[in-house]
Amino acid sequence: MSSRKHPLDPPALVKWGLVLVALVYIGIVVMLPLASVFSEAFAQGWDLWWLAIDDPDALAAIRLTLLVAVVAVPLNCVFGVAASWAVAKHDFAGKAFLISLIDLPFSISPVVSGMVYVLLFGAQGWIGPWLQEHDIQIIYALPGIILATIFVTFPFVARELIPLMQAQGRDEEEAALSLGASGFQTFRKVTLPNIRWGLLYGVLLCNARAMGEFGAVSVVSGHIRGETNTMPLHIELLYNDYNLSAAFAVASLLAGLALVTLALKTILEWRHGDALAARGH
Amino acid sequence: MRRQFIKSAVAFGLAAVVAGVGIAGSAQAAGQSLLNVSYDPTREHYQQINAGFAKKWAAQGSGAVAIRQSHGGSGKQSRSVIDGLPADVVTLALAYDIDVIASKAKLLPANWQARLPNNSAPYYSTIVFLVRKGNPKAIHDWDDLAKPGVKVITPNPKTSGGARWNYLAAYGYGLRKYGSAAGARDYLVKLFRNVPVLDSGARGSTTTFVQRGQGDVLIAWENEAHLAVNQLGKGQFEIVAPSVSILAEPPVALVDKNVDRNGTRKLATAYLNYLYTPEAQEIIARNYYRPRNPEVAAKYAGKFPKLPLFTIDKNFGGWAKAQAIHFNNGGLFDQVFEDAKR
Repeated sequence: MSSRKHPLDPPALVKWGLVLVALVYIGIVVMLPLASVFSEAFAQGWDLWWLAIDDPDALAAIRLTLLVAVVAVPLNCVFGVAASWAVAKHDFAGKAFLISLIDLPFSISPVVSGMVYVLLFGAQGWIGPWLQEHDIQIIYALPGIILATIFVTFPFVARELIPLMQAQGRDEEEAALSLGASGFQTFRKVTLPNIRWGLLYGVLLCNARAMGEFGAVSVVSGHIRGETNTMPLHIELLYNDYNLSAAFAVASLLAGLALVTLALKTILEWRHGDALAARGH
Repeated sequence: MRRQFIKSAVAFGLAAVVAGVGIAGSAQAAGQSLLNVSYDPTREHYQQINAGFAKKWAAQGSGAVAIRQSHGGSGKQSRSVIDGLPADVVTLALAYDIDVIASKAKLLPANWQARLPNNSAPYYSTIVFLVRKGNPKAIHDWDDLAKPGVKVITPNPKTSGGARWNYLAAYGYGLRKYGSAAGARDYLVKLFRNVPVLDSGARGSTTTFVQRGQGDVLIAWENEAHLAVNQLGKGQFEIVAPSVSILAEPPVALVDKNVDRNGTRKLATAYLNYLYTPEAQEIIARNYYRPRNPEVAAKYAGKFPKLPLFTIDKNFGGWAKAQAIHFNNGGLFDQVFEDAKR
C-alpha cells in the first residue's frame, strides 16, 4: 500500500461529500425511525413496556411468530440447499426457468402471495370444499400462515447459495466422486462444509423476513386475537386500538429480534469474512 | 467441526418439528370457545360484552368460555368468513354483509335476519361528524362537507360498512336538498373531491383523523365519534349532529354451518341472546351505541341527540337494491369517485 493517490480515486471533496450524503440519508431513512420506535416504546417506563409484552395476546403473537419462523426457516433451508446444489453443480433442461421461479416471490407483491393461498385453500377456492369436508383448516389458521411465510421467504437461502456454489465450481465434488465417495457422502463431506457460512447467512436473512412479514400473512391470518395474529399484525392491531405505547413496545421487541439477527450476521462477516467474500459479489 | 455443524443443523430441524407439533396440539386442547367476527369500531365494546357474558355463563354452571375476536372492515370480514374464517357468530356493520355470507357461501339461511328481534340488530346507531375543537371550518351540516377547502375523512365504501352508511346518509341528504338523482350525484362528486384518503375500515379513518391529524371533519359512527371525544383527545374534538342522518342497524347472526361443525350452537345462541339482556344493553349504551331496551334507552336518552333518520328499507329500497345501485363494480360510487378525481 502506498500513500500516493490512486488515479481512479475521486477528489477528496467528492469522496467525503458522498460519504456525508450516504450517512445523512441512512440517518433520516433508517436510524431516525428506529430510534423513535425505541424511544416511544420506553417513553412511559419499563413497567408499561413489560405490561404490553406480558399481555396474553402479545405473548400468543410472540409465540406464533417464533413458531412460524422455526418451521419456515428450516424448510426453506433444506429447499434452498437442494435448489442451489441442483442449479450450481448440475446441468439440466429448464435450469433458467427454475432460477426464475426461485426469484418469483421477490418480484410479486406479498399481498398477492397471500391471495394465492386464499384462492387455493379458501372455502370457495379450488380445494377448499374438499378440505372443509375433511375438517382441515389451512387459511385463517397456523398452516396458512406458515405456508404464506414460506412462500415469501423461500428465495433467501437459495439466492445466497447459488452464486457461492457457482464460484466454487465442481472440481472438489468431482474429485470426491472419482475417489469413490457416494453422492450423499460428497454432499455431506465436501459441498456442505464449503457453503456453511453462506448458508448461515442466508438462514439469518430468511429468519428476519419470516418474523417480520406483514402483507402475505395479513391476508391469510383472519386476525383472530391471541390466535392467528403474528407480531407484525399484533402491532397494527394495537395501533388501531389506540394503544400506542403497547404498539411501540411490541414493535421494539420485533425490532430487537431483527437487531439480534443483524448482530449475528455482522459477527459472522467479521469472523469469516474470507469464506463470505467467496460468494462472488 | 464439520460433523458438529451438520449435527446441530439436524438437531435444530428436529426441535423445530417437535415444537411445531407441540404448540399446534396444545392450541386444540383449549376449552369451550367462540369466534366472533366483527366490524372495526366494536373492539372496546365486545371486550366488555365478552367479559360480561363469560361471567354469566360461568355463573350458570356452564363452565369457562373464551370468546375470540377478529375485527376489520365489515366487507372484508364478510369476505373472510365466505373464504373459510370459522366464525361462530358474525356481528357486522350492515345486513348486506351477512346476506352475502348466506347467498355466496350458504353458511346460514337467507331469512337469518328474522331470527332475532329488531332485525337482528341488538342496538342501532347513526352517522355524525367529528370536527376539531372550536369547529374552525364551521361545519354544521352535510352541505358544508362539499365546500371547497374542506378536507373530509371517510373510509372506503367498498370495504367498510361504516363508509357505506356515511355515503348513503350523504346521498339521502343530496336527494332531499337538490330534489333529483342528478343533483345528489353532483353533491357526492363535490364531497368526494374533498376526501384525501380512503382507509379500508372505520377504525383506520379515525386513526387518520385523530392521531395523524389529517382532515377537517371525520364522517363517523356516533359511537366512534364519542370514543374519540371522550378517550382519545379530551377537549380536542367536537361532535356535530347534522340536520338529518341514517338509521344504521349493525346486525348479528349465528353462522349455522360453522356452529354445527364446531359444536357451539348452544353457546353461540346464548351469546347472541345475551346481547338483548338489560345487562348487555347497559354495556351497549355506555359504549355510545343506541340501546333497544326501552328502560335502558330512557336512562341514556340524554346521550343521544334526536335526529330525523333515513332508513335503508324506506329510502333506499333495502340493502340488495342499494348495494346494486351504489356499491357494485361500476355502480354510482365508482362513477362518483372517478368524476371526483378529475
